[in-house]
Amino acid sequence: MKTRRDFIKITAAGAGAAALGLHALSWDSATAQFIANGDTSPVSDEELTNYPTYCEVCFWKCAGFTYVDKKGNIRKIIGNKDDPHSNGRFCPRGTGGVGMYYDEDRLQTPLIRETKADGTQYFRKASWDEALNLVAEKMNKLRLEHGPECLALFSHGTGGKHFTHLVKAFGSPNITAPSFAQCRGPREVAFTATYGEDVMSPERTDIRDTKCLVLIGSHLGENMHNGQVQEMSEAIDNGATIITVDPRFSTAASKSKYWLPIKPATDIALLMAWAHVLIYEELYDKDYVEKYTFGFKELKEHVKSMTPEWAYGITTIDPNVIRDTAREMAAASPAVLVHPGRHVTWYGDDTQRSRAIAILNALLGSWGRRGGFYNPEKVHLPKYPSPPYPKPKRSWKDAYPPGKYNLVSEVLSTGICDATIPNADLDCHLRGWIVYGTNLMASLPDQKKTLEAISNLDFLVVIDTMPMDIVQLADVVLPECTYLERYDPIRTSPHREPYIALRMPAAEPKHETKPGWWIAKELAKRLGLGDYFNYENYEDVLDWQLKKVGSSLEEMKRIGVKKFNREFDDLYFLQNLEDFEFNTNTGKIELYSTELEMEGFDPIPKYTHHEEPADGYYRLNYGRAPMHTFSRTSNNHNLWDLMKENSVWINPKVAKLWDIENGQLIWLKNQDGVVTDFPVKARVTERIRWDSVYLVHGFGHTNKKLTRAYGHGASDSNLVSKVHMDPIMGGTGMRGNFVTFLKEKPGKEVNA
Amino acid sequence: MRYAMAVDTKKCVGCGDCVVACQTENNVPHGYCRDWIVENVAGTYPKLEIELRSERCNHCENAPCVRCCPTGASHIVDGGIVLVTHDECIGCGACIESCPYDARYPHPEGYVDKCTFCVHRVKDGENPACVDVCPTSCLHFGDLDDPNSDVSKVLKNRKWKVLAPEAGTNPQLYFLT
Repeated sequence: MKTRRDFIKITAAGAGAAALGLHALSWDSATAQFIANGDTSPVSDEELTNYPTYCEVCFWKCAGFTYVDKKGNIRKIIGNKDDPHSNGRFCPRGTGGVGMYYDEDRLQTPLIRETKADGTQYFRKASWDEALNLVAEKMNKLRLEHGPECLALFSHGTGGKHFTHLVKAFGSPNITAPSFAQCRGPREVAFTATYGEDVMSPERTDIRDTKCLVLIGSHLGENMHNGQVQEMSEAIDNGATIITVDPRFSTAASKSKYWLPIKPATDIALLMAWAHVLIYEELYDKDYVEKYTFGFKELKEHVKSMTPEWAYGITTIDPNVIRDTAREMAAASPAVLVHPGRHVTWYGDDTQRSRAIAILNALLGSWGRRGGFYNPEKVHLPKYPSPPYPKPKRSWKDAYPPGKYNLVSEVLSTGICDATIPNADLDCHLRGWIVYGTNLMASLPDQKKTLEAISNLDFLVVIDTMPMDIVQLADVVLPECTYLERYDPIRTSPHREPYIALRMPAAEPKHETKPGWWIAKELAKRLGLGDYFNYENYEDVLDWQLKKVGSSLEEMKRIGVKKFNREFDDLYFLQNLEDFEFNTNTGKIELYSTELEMEGFDPIPKYTHHEEPADGYYRLNYGRAPMHTFSRTSNNHNLWDLMKENSVWINPKVAKLWDIENGQLIWLKNQDGVVTDFPVKARVTERIRWDSVYLVHGFGHTNKKLTRAYGHGASDSNLVSKVHMDPIMGGTGMRGNFVTFLKEKPGKEVNA
Repeated sequence: MRYAMAVDTKKCVGCGDCVVACQTENNVPHGYCRDWIVENVAGTYPKLEIELRSERCNHCENAPCVRCCPTGASHIVDGGIVLVTHDECIGCGACIESCPYDARYPHPEGYVDKCTFCVHRVKDGENPACVDVCPTSCLHFGDLDDPNSDVSKVLKNRKWKVLAPEAGTNPQLYFLT
């Protein structure tokens, strides 16, 4: 019998090219597992019942319907055509969300860490009552002995809102998500400094109507931010010019008219050279700049010497290409979008790079214009009645000197780590963590520091659906049911028009898992905070809220998504040079930032040289694959089928130098001597520059309970031991780590 | 009536959503698939091109799998869709060997399985699951005898190719280039 291809076949063109990842698939029926037990034929939609939901596999939160057959099996999840996040088309992760429900490795019961007489530790299954009592007891003790502010919550995802409410009611302000300091924080701070408003999620980018889309390291199509990928596809249909700046030939680069294979860590030089061309060739939007901006003269002077020839020496991008691309942008203006990106914590000067992007957009007149940045609106649901929160007396910021991080608009997750590690200047360190829905071992850099913080805790409670790596460190594990088995808060994300979306259960929670709202409410009851959760079922809250905006739970159960009218007719609020006062110190778009100047930072971005790899080392870049989200989906059987492990991308010239073959298993070692826990396959490909390597994030899991994902691939987070802190907003720049290759199994005992 | 599909390689990002949607729609067992993604990289850094293709059974007019099937399990139905009647299939694998597109696989229950163009949906006037789910809308489906069908229109307006034309199978899976 001929072997069959894998799900994704990667080949180099040309005769005799080897295909990667070809595996013989087994005839053995014992290995086959069916999505719905035993039933191998498709079922027509008429025989299925559907329940509205919105996806929780990533933060895009696409709305759709879960289809359930007569036996109660969840068969599939399909997008809701009325939803602007998905337009009825889910991405592979959303479609594969069923794999989360059926995952046989799911957490099933509460677990409590126990220590045997010989010192070895293990998890003991516990009842909900016992586990909740224990958590409440630990929280109460912490509150009495150290104050409620010594509790911190790490939260990612919709269900985290229940725990945010609980922790605020408890009296702690230390509520954080890695989505700020490890992801989009620099962009939000930079755009707020420039425009007085941030970019939001989903991004207010009008990709659909743009004539020129500029991507700075943003790999749309590999990061499957559904609505944006759909709109990029529309833009391709409409003949928009795409310009992609990336040291790697990304999927987006392959769809682009211009790919600028930039030397890593030099983006600011390119951005300033573009500003130079726009200004000195007088291509910028003069009326817009005149009417709305502050500091043009200073900017003009600042970029005077930043010519394309100057940038060439830094970025390796041909000066003619720099000029041509700037002219393309100007020709499309104002329907041009220099995309702010999302994961932008790279080199530690990320707020300044994001500022340069914001400035370019201002020169092109794209903010508030069709094809640039629109003005989103959202539905404001009234908050369900609950007592006011107590006022905390201390916060995580006490770990830093006064005045540091004044521009930080959210709590820094790495700041929580700092505030957890005791030091002489800190009158009280954080002593208890609740971690909801985020695998901190993969979502935070500098694992050593995370582990040090955790070792100083009195208790660590982890709430998750899966035995992620962080679960191994917990004192108590509370198993949540998946999003397909629970109610959650109404989705009210902003968009071109305001919409709401409902998530409701399509099945009873499997095993002994419980919805987040129930867990939070039960903890509150045990902490004397029952008044904050004054309802029997979360349906009561949803119905009360929905009725306040003219809908009802009954209606939303039928339609799933409801559109509202915009309150203001100002989607493109600067289209015709309308009068507008920006929420900045000057009331203008600040090309020259008075806010940054007051805090002692550069008011206009400067290019600074970053450290380069030593001989034999290569810059570690990392990113996404379209079928996985963070580290949370790597065990999902449907998505694991598509991509089982990551590989390290190596340029063929480099591979030749090291005598590394495509598919060869190697280990990576970084500049601090950190070696990957597991070997990783080399992917020898022309798609990567010779000075860097690339890993898809989220692999190399260390928890054996993840029976599919354990030990597959390398963890980029593991190798990001060096963090380049953004002094403006505390972002953790993670692309200043360098790795080399080990072809033999390293001397240390590999974590197996 | 002649059903056909066109895949827009200019828009496909290779996300694999078509694969998962097929898996859940058709209950394809884990570890197997009826459609898949091919990524071809050409050139050397920095002069590079990528072609991404969502592939599946080509529903050939001149189908070698049908010709070589000893039991008649592999057959062609109205609209040119190539199907396998599971309980007539003895799992000999001749069709798997004969297919120039490697589109068939041995189902663990003993028969040979492959893409059906979601015939159970198409007969009700719907699109195959992969077409409806694709985030980039890069899959086009319809009746080539209807000049107004989605697939007829894109094939008229765009350049296209088929795979292994030299095999003489007259495939009905087109790739817009």
